[in-house]
Amino acid sequence: MKFGVVVFPGSNCDHDAHHAVGAVLGHQVEFIWHQSENLDGFDAVILPGGFSYGDYLRTGAIARFSPVMRSVERFAHRGGLVLGICNGFQILLEAGLLPGAMLRNRGLRFICRDVWIRVESTDTPFTLAAEPGQVLRVPIAHSDGNYTAEPETLRELERNDQIVFRYTTADGREDAAANPNGSMENIAGIVNRERNVLGMMPHPERAVETIMGSTDGLVVFRSMVQSLLRHAQATA
Amino acid sequence: METEIRVTEAVAAGHGLTAEEFARVRQILGRDPTYTELGIFSVQWSEHCSYKSSRVHLKRLPTKGPQVIEGPGENAGVVDIGGGLCAVFKIESHNHPSFVEPFQGAATGVGGILRDIFTMGARPIAVLDSLRFGPMAEDAGVASNVAARNRRILDGVIGGIAFYGNCFGVPTAGGEIRFEPSYSGNPLVNVLALGIARRDGLFLARARGTGNPVVYVGARTGRDGIHGASLLASAEFSEESQQKRPNVQVADPFMEKLLLEACLEAMKTGAVVAIQDMGAAGLTCSTSEMAAHGGTGIEIDLQLVPRRETGMTPYEIMLSESQERMLLVAEKGRQDELIELFRKWGLEAVEIGRVTDDGLMRVLDGGRVVAEIPAQPLCDQGPAYARPIAPPAGREERLVEFAPEGKALTQAFERLLASPSVASKRWVWEQYDHMVRTNTVVGPGRGDAAVLRVKESGRGLALSTDGNGRWCRLDPFVGAMHAVAEAARNVAASGARPIAATNCLNFGNPEKPEVMWQFSRAVDGVAEACRALGTPITGGNVSFYNETLGEAIDPTPVIGILGLLDDASKALGMRFRAEGDLIVLLDGAVRAPGAETAPAHREGGSANGPADRVALAREFSSSEYAKVLLGLTSGAPPEIDLAADKRLIDVLVALAAERLVFSAHDLSDGGLTVALAECSFGTGGLAAQVELHGAEPAEVALFGERGARAVVSVEGALLARVSAVAAQYGLKAQALGRVARGDFRIAYNDREIVRAPAARLEDLWTNSLERALAVSLPAAG
Repeated sequence: MKFGVVVFPGSNCDHDAHHAVGAVLGHQVEFIWHQSENLDGFDAVILPGGFSYGDYLRTGAIARFSPVMRSVERFAHRGGLVLGICNGFQILLEAGLLPGAMLRNRGLRFICRDVWIRVESTDTPFTLAAEPGQVLRVPIAHSDGNYTAEPETLRELERNDQIVFRYTTADGREDAAANPNGSMENIAGIVNRERNVLGMMPHPERAVETIMGSTDGLVVFRSMVQSLLRHAQATA
Repeated sequence: METEIRVTEAVAAGHGLTAEEFARVRQILGRDPTYTELGIFSVQWSEHCSYKSSRVHLKRLPTKGPQVIEGPGENAGVVDIGGGLCAVFKIESHNHPSFVEPFQGAATGVGGILRDIFTMGARPIAVLDSLRFGPMAEDAGVASNVAARNRRILDGVIGGIAFYGNCFGVPTAGGEIRFEPSYSGNPLVNVLALGIARRDGLFLARARGTGNPVVYVGARTGRDGIHGASLLASAEFSEESQQKRPNVQVADPFMEKLLLEACLEAMKTGAVVAIQDMGAAGLTCSTSEMAAHGGTGIEIDLQLVPRRETGMTPYEIMLSESQERMLLVAEKGRQDELIELFRKWGLEAVEIGRVTDDGLMRVLDGGRVVAEIPAQPLCDQGPAYARPIAPPAGREERLVEFAPEGKALTQAFERLLASPSVASKRWVWEQYDHMVRTNTVVGPGRGDAAVLRVKESGRGLALSTDGNGRWCRLDPFVGAMHAVAEAARNVAASGARPIAATNCLNFGNPEKPEVMWQFSRAVDGVAEACRALGTPITGGNVSFYNETLGEAIDPTPVIGILGLLDDASKALGMRFRAEGDLIVLLDGAVRAPGAETAPAHREGGSANGPADRVALAREFSSSEYAKVLLGLTSGAPPEIDLAADKRLIDVLVALAAERLVFSAHDLSDGGLTVALAECSFGTGGLAAQVELHGAEPAEVALFGERGARAVVSVEGALLARVSAVAAQYGLKAQALGRVARGDFRIAYNDREIVRAPAARLEDLWTNSLERALAVSLPAAG
């Protein structure tokens, strides 16, 4: 089982994702240069947080045109697992691998702090190890995390069980005060229809060791590992 | 040689060179300088680059210690942190640019210090900011337009720091902010950066190897920032200072992130001989210093320098302070390999010259010589002045009058908690990514120091910055000692052993004898305290001319202390852990039975005499309480007892090492009561309930700011063990009360004088800053 972490110019959570998968969970993980056009041999690809290409113009707008994104698209269409965190989520939206768009945060400022997110669906390769409705404490760090979409898109996301995480209070209540950035319907993370591409604004890789103050992010990576193991057994 | 502008003494004066300095230039060259050469001398010999007013004093600072690998003079200080690793750290000011253009000024301040760190081969792992602003509200004796400007400056500075650090990918993990009227016309933006390097992977800016190529990397050179850091920071401000906005550089953190990754990768190839960033005075400084420190010469051709605009003169190219540029010396024959590597990162890299053996800094423009200056005299024989020193005249001053015994102090306490200097800076640090790189063990608002883990070794590094300008105005010697002691205490409260220091000395115009007196006294204070606490100064910078319209800032030495934890998981935060835990006061001046007795004035029961009352009033008149509640800043800073601080530090480090306490927090602004409140916040409803006894006035007991004190929380069963550890160092552990659920309560001499719901206090502390700023900033939504 091999994970890949894409390195765009300006990615700055690439080392953190690598550390979480490699040093903490003990799985094989390699960096993938943004000009790479070949993802053969990888079972899961992480688009990490950061400021790809400086996020000049618009978050993720330039990164989506980098050569590696063509391979990520092919990889996703073949059913490979793709996890986009923060800037990675923004890139997935720009690339059209996930529906919707990001606006500036409601308060127009960068926000870095722990938030609580509720697992809305465990029927994804990224959350199958979680309890339904489980509340995770995971940090956010972004200025453009205000998720927005057409009403029809939102209805479709809802109908297809594509909303994976919502911002809530610590005890799992979904209210306006728990929404840090103004995202529609408190959306913190969504999957595509095929359920193999997840985008989320919170940083699970920042919550994988006790010394960081939370290990709640582990469930995302453990779910991916379990899912890949199951898949491997099924195809063996 | 170019002849376009003839250089006369008057032209030199216009560049800030005195008649004597100009004579010295002619002596070094043996002829009149060209216009380009004059520009080079003027920036290299500016106050900012040459330290001409401070050098004679800085020699008094202790700079050696068992862990110090590189001290002042390098791009940053380097200390051994075990496991084959070293910490590289330094603090620097960007005050003047941040006043002229707050956002870009602060952003480029962060960029500049980060380059200093990775130039040495270290990956930056944390930034701390020590910021000083004028008051945000007009009631503090400040006009409403001034308060509005102060809020705008603050908003721009915070935005600039966030913009740069967040994009670059370094956690802004700590620092402090204070508000005083003297910073209204001159905010302070001091940025400390910390990096980690392998001990065998350190790089120095020393050119060597005749014929080795000189390679320029990074952003193109433009006309931005000409005379930026060097001249902006080397003269006072007047009403026309806003016209200097074009002198402020423009920041591109994305470019710097690419430079970081590319430079660290390049350094691993073994093809890099020396490397220096282009900061203040750009190409001038980087070329001349690499040659001077390496004992070589250097030759570059400006026609080869990548430029952003056409028609730039040699003078402009040499003095440009365009950001995100590096200069390196490559191993001959391997330059193409490096240039290719930089290209991979999307960076322009060009060979612009070579190392020579004639000791000259030779600048060509398409083969024509435009400057030829002996590098060593240019860098090392600049002017140095022992400027006149005179203490300022004494002032009539009003001291505090204490309230009658038993008066309730809850309201006063609430006002203190909500005052900008004391209130939580949450609104600020939530705009900083303080977690990226996943090393932040104790982040902003969680403890007295920022604690970063070192993944490679499991150890922890703690950092704190401090400096009380108000105290330094009243007594620069004692005030400076307090800055060191406070920073060291903060580091120790997090469980780390303080090992080294860096300093940023912010003062007014050094040509004024009173300012020079403040500077000299402050240097002596820093030196004495650093010696006593075992934290040598490894680098830093001096910022003079912090004056607008002739008004100097409060003298503000800012001290950054680095501490080492053998095990990062033993780091302590300030928050209480559980109901029922005991709250214990550790006071370095209150000795355990059997230990030598403390000086008489420290004895709790001796504060009854009239002389003692006056001494207490003097000391208390300089407190945050006196300022906020009584509108007073007078008297003197609290007396300092460095031996007591040393004992306290030893006890705190020992307690953390044995995991005997759950939290630790030093007593500083607002004294014991504010400290106990801060320990209570963020705990989900825990609150301190304590009983105090003493002969001092209640205000002093509750809000006095004498140093060498900290509160820890302890499980009941471990109190005996904690007392025993404290006694080993001669300290008495004094149990004050318990962590409880319910109201925050303090009784003094059996009368309850502070009582309030913890949630109410927490709201005041957490949200007051944001509310004060909301007056003018865009509302949410």
